[in-house]
Parts: sequence; C-alpha cells; structure tokens
Amino acid sequence: MTLEELEEIGRRERAAQEGFQQHVNVCVAAGCLSCQSDAVKDALSNEVASRDGGKRCQVKGVGCMGLCAEGPLVSTSDGQLYQHVAPSDAAEIVESLDAKPVARLHCPTDVPFFERQKKIVLENSGEIDPERIEEYIARDGYLALTRALTEMKPQQVIAEITTSGLRGRGGAGYPTGLKWSTVAKATGTQKFVLCNADEGDPGAFMDRSVLESDPHRVLEGMLIAAYAVGASEGYIYVRAEYPLAIKRLKIAIRQAERLGLLGSNICGTEFSLRIDLRLGAGAFVCGEETALIASIEGKRGTPRPRPPYPAMEGLFGEPTLINNVETYASVPPILRNGGMWYAQIGTEKSKGTKVFALAGRVRNTGLVEVPMGITLREMVFDMGGGIPEGKRFKAVQTGGPSGGCLPAETLDMPVEYESLAKVGSIMGSGGMIVMDESSCMVDVAKYFMEFCMTESCGKCAPCRVGTYQMHRILSAITNMTATENDLKTLEELCDLVKHTSLCGLGQSSPNPVLSTLRYFLAEYKAHVREHRCPAGVCAMKVQETVTA
Amino acid sequence: MATYGPKPAPPNADKRWKLVDATMRKAGGHSRSLIETLHTVQEAFGYLDEEALRYVALSLHVPMSRAYGVATFYHFFTLKPGGRHTCVICMGTACYIKGAQQLIDAVHRTLNISPGETTEDGEVSLLTARCLGSCGLAPAVVYDQEVAGKVEPDSLKQHLAKWTQHDS
Repeated sequence: MTLEELEEIGRRERAAQEGFQQHVNVCVAAGCLSCQSDAVKDALSNEVASRDGGKRCQVKGVGCMGLCAEGPLVSTSDGQLYQHVAPSDAAEIVESLDAKPVARLHCPTDVPFFERQKKIVLENSGEIDPERIEEYIARDGYLALTRALTEMKPQQVIAEITTSGLRGRGGAGYPTGLKWSTVAKATGTQKFVLCNADEGDPGAFMDRSVLESDPHRVLEGMLIAAYAVGASEGYIYVRAEYPLAIKRLKIAIRQAERLGLLGSNICGTEFSLRIDLRLGAGAFVCGEETALIASIEGKRGTPRPRPPYPAMEGLFGEPTLINNVETYASVPPILRNGGMWYAQIGTEKSKGTKVFALAGRVRNTGLVEVPMGITLREMVFDMGGGIPEGKRFKAVQTGGPSGGCLPAETLDMPVEYESLAKVGSIMGSGGMIVMDESSCMVDVAKYFMEFCMTESCGKCAPCRVGTYQMHRILSAITNMTATENDLKTLEELCDLVKHTSLCGLGQSSPNPVLSTLRYFLAEYKAHVREHRCPAGVCAMKVQETVTA
Repeated sequence: MATYGPKPAPPNADKRWKLVDATMRKAGGHSRSLIETLHTVQEAFGYLDEEALRYVALSLHVPMSRAYGVATFYHFFTLKPGGRHTCVICMGTACYIKGAQQLIDAVHRTLNISPGETTEDGEVSLLTARCLGSCGLAPAVVYDQEVAGKVEPDSLKQHLAKWTQHDS
C-alpha cells in the first residue's frame, strides 16, 4: 500500500458516497442497539429500497452519536437528528427528506450538549460505518500511518507526540511521549505494544464506544506507536463483556490485514506488526498494567511491584508499551495535524480533549468529548441539562472506584488532571456520574468499597484485609450500628491502605471514602449520632440486603 | 517439551471438544493460552467442570492448581451450570444510583434467588455484572443476551413471568 493507493481508495469511496443524494445514518452502537436500532435500520433500508431501489438514498449503520438516553438515534443528510425512532417511523423519515422534517421525532442539536463538544477522538463516531475500512480511509484514515512510515523517523514521531502534550487517558495521566521514548530506548529481543481496553470502571463506557464506532482509529494509533518504539507484536486486551466491540475489532483487523496495513512489510517498508485480541474475563484489577500483562500470559491477573516497569520488562519479560484505547485513538489526528495543533487545545498542563461518559441523575446521559479545562458546572448543568425531576444536585463522581465524589463547591473548577487531584478525585478513564439528593453518600462510599473489596486480587494484605474492614465499618454506619470510634478507625484505615498497598487498585480504594468524609461528613455523623439517613436510603436493618 | 508426554484424549466423544482442541492448537499448545482455552470451553459447554479443567490443564502442561486458580480468579468463568434463562442485572455505578438494588430485591421476592443462584427447577439464573457500559440507559438488565435499558421492577417481573409461564 502506497500513499497514492491509499488516497485512491479514499477518493473512490468519497465518490461512491457522493453518488447518493440523500443519506440516513442509524446509530448501531451498543446503547442504541439495545433499543432495537437494528430493526430501525432494516425498516429504513426496506423503505428506501421499495421507493427507488436504493439508488438515491443511502441507509447505513454508524457508531455512537452520543446522546444514548434518547436512542435509537437517526441522522439525515438534511441536517436533522431524530430520537426515539421506531421501525414504524421509517416511511415518514424517508418521505421527509424531500419535504419537511418530522417534528414529532426532532432532537435539537443546537444545545450545549452538542455545541460545547470538540470532537477529535470521536470525529468519526456517528459518521462512518465502523465495519468498513474504506469509510475510515475516506476520512483520512491511515494517512498518518502511511506518512509516518514513509516520511518520518521513529524519533520524529515520538517528538511530535511529546510536543502535543498528550497524557495517558486511562486515568493516571502519564505523559505519552515520555512513555514512548522510554520503550524506544529499552533493549530486548522483541518489543510489544499493548492496548488496554479493559474498561473496568463502572460508569465508564468511552472506550467501548470508540471501539464500536471507529475501531480502525485504535489500530492506526497502535501501528504508529509500534513503529515509534520498534515493536513487532501487539495485543488488544478487551473485556469479554463487550461482545460488539470484540466483533468489530476482529473485522477491522481482518480488513487492515487484507489491505496490507497490518502484517508484514507494511506500506512496502521494513516495518511489520501483528495484532491479536485477548479477552479479559471479568477482573477489574486487570486494568492495572502489570496485572494485564499477567493475564495476557495466561495467568491470574495479579499485579507485581514496579520497577521494573513494563517499559523495561513487560510482556514475556520484554520491553512493552501499554496505552489505553483513547490514548491510541488520539494519535492519528495528532500526527495528521501536528503536535502544535493539539497542544493549543486544553489547558497548560492538560492538553487536548477528553471523552466523558455522563450518567446518573442528569437529564442528558451519554458520551461527550470536551476540551480539557471546561468546568464541571458546564458539563453537568449546561451539557448534561441539569438534574431531572426538580431534584437538587449533590455530587459528581469522577474516576470510578479510584476517584472521589465532588460536591457543589467544586463545580466551578476546571476539569484537568491536577485540579481534580487537588480536590481529592482523579480524572480516571472518564466516567462522570451525577448524584442528586436522593443518594446517600455513605451508601455510595459503601458501594465503591464493596466493589474494591470483591475486586481486590488478594495478593497484598493492606488491600485484601483493609478493604474488607473498611467495608465492614461502612456497613455498620449504614445499619446505624457504628460508633464515633468506628469513624476514627475508618480514617486510619484509609490512610494505611492508601500508603501501603501494592498497586493502584489498593492505593486508590480509600478515595471514595476520603472524599465523602471530606465533603459530606455531616451525613456520616447523622448516621452515627442520630441514627438517621438524611437521604432516606439507609434504614436500620437487622438482616443484610441481598448483595452481589 | 518432549518430557511432558503426549496430549491426552478428550474426556468423551462430545464433538464440542474439537472446538477446545482447535483453540489450543492455534496457540501451539502453549500454556499462555490457558485463559483463551477456558473461554472456549465455557462458550461450548456453558460452564467449567472438573473434568474440563483437568483436560485443559493436562493438554497445556500446566498444574491443575493453576487452571483452577485462573478459573476461580476471573468472575467471567463459572464452575456450575446456569439455568435455562439468565437474567444479568448491571451493578455499575450509574445503574446502582438509578435503583439496581431494587431490581435485585424484586427478583429475590419473586423467585427467591440471590445473585449467583439458580431457581430450584433450573429455569432462571440471576447474575450481576460489574458494568455493562450501557450507563446511558441505566438501570440495565440483560435477559438471555438481550440488553434492556431503563428497567423498572415491574417490567422486570413481567419478563420473569414470561419465562416461568412459558416453560411450565
């Protein structure tokens, strides 16, 4: 595959698209699919075929359009977005293309939810058919790879990434350029690139959406990374709970191999890369890089102490680069437009954009990509549309079980790695769960602690025993049987587990407790002193509720 | 690898072992394919029993303890057969905030089973998931592979009733 051949494929595909006067795109990502969007797509295809044999109007399935709560979503070439579309609406929609839009299904797009977004990672989501490589190429896909391979040295690629200021999107925010150059400098008989698609944080679905909506972007990012660090083998470690993402990744790998964009001597150069999938099996700790490596090696996913870091000794003891899905997905546009372009977006220390999954007690739930530095208030109230049912905002939880619950006072803070850490939470992978007054913060802390307790791999004692004891105390508080002393013990345990656990799971497991103690201490005290739950969630119970 | 001896024969004539063998062959019979092989066994047979674990361990030349360790470490693997229908309730944060616990309580009241259990007649299994990633549609439930969003206790009960009535 040469640059000319690639451009030719893109040209042909664009011409084919332009051959249709009208386009109807149906979201077929997991959210809308579970509202039967496939039936909607079939109905629209049949409708179009029955009218003019499908020559004038093209119906296709595309990736996530973002506003999952209003699905199934359909967009048309006359600029309309339709929500809650049923198969029976097909005729009306197709007819409307030559007449007036269907007001009944209209979904406004001139609202902050769409207007405040800046789509880089999600630029193709909702626009292309994720199961056709040609459509990705038609939108400049694999252009960055071809250029990198033919016109750039690996060091130049790394320099470009370093200039961009891109930081790991998996949660910790380690500078990507620095990570790449460490692996590039490491020596070994073979090097590996791994993609961490084990999106375990409950409440986060950005990576799933990227894989389902634009899988080639992740492959291209991995290819560029492999070229930059000198790797010849790659693995994508993806959750078994995401069957659709797995299916589309498999299709994407096959298509890329067929076009010679993956495999041996890519683009006629010396560079070769093989990419394989490895399925997770439901262990949250496998999102930790050393545990992920153990799991790919076919072992129990338990972390090990670092150093040595995977960059030196990773998979099968060889230098290994591990990045998250969103990080890889950010790479092709950076190389296409230059590191400087990317560095202009965002804040001083947090560059670029970040995809967030807005969920919980907020009107517009779904996926948004925003420039770093936007405030939590803009996200929750402007984009999210605020709290439904006239309830009051209480907290927003970021970073999953490793993050914290942030109260109203922090809403005007910009969203970036450092500021979130300062108030006791983390950026995390991008889950953002809004809670209103009907949630009890002690109960929420207990929920996350139960999560960490069951997900603790059991290797180190502070995490294994500490999470159990913290959960026991939190249960006692929610059962109204705890004492003031228990509160003190809880704080001590938080400190102990945070500083002595082996891996990130243990070290961050006290965060939900610490942040709720910091901002919602009154709620804890109401449970302990007055034996009442201000939110009315916890009741004095003798018997345990049925738990997972 | 010569010291390990030949690969054992499948436990019985069941054709599904061919799928399992194919997975191991594709990985060159390497021990690192343990998790993939167990995925195949579970996909083919629905669960992992001792016979299957023993066969896979012997074939991949790993100690039985490691096969058992892996099978019990990962939540995705199950050592007992499930019911004819499975109802998976998502316990992700968004679903929890929107009332997943009430759904579990509803199943408990109707069928008297807790997460991880199967009704006595073997009809329905109740499972929980960490997060299905369908947070935009919380609370989410998977009825026999089919994801349903914005589930309420009443609609859940109706669905369960359909299963239990149809089959009796």
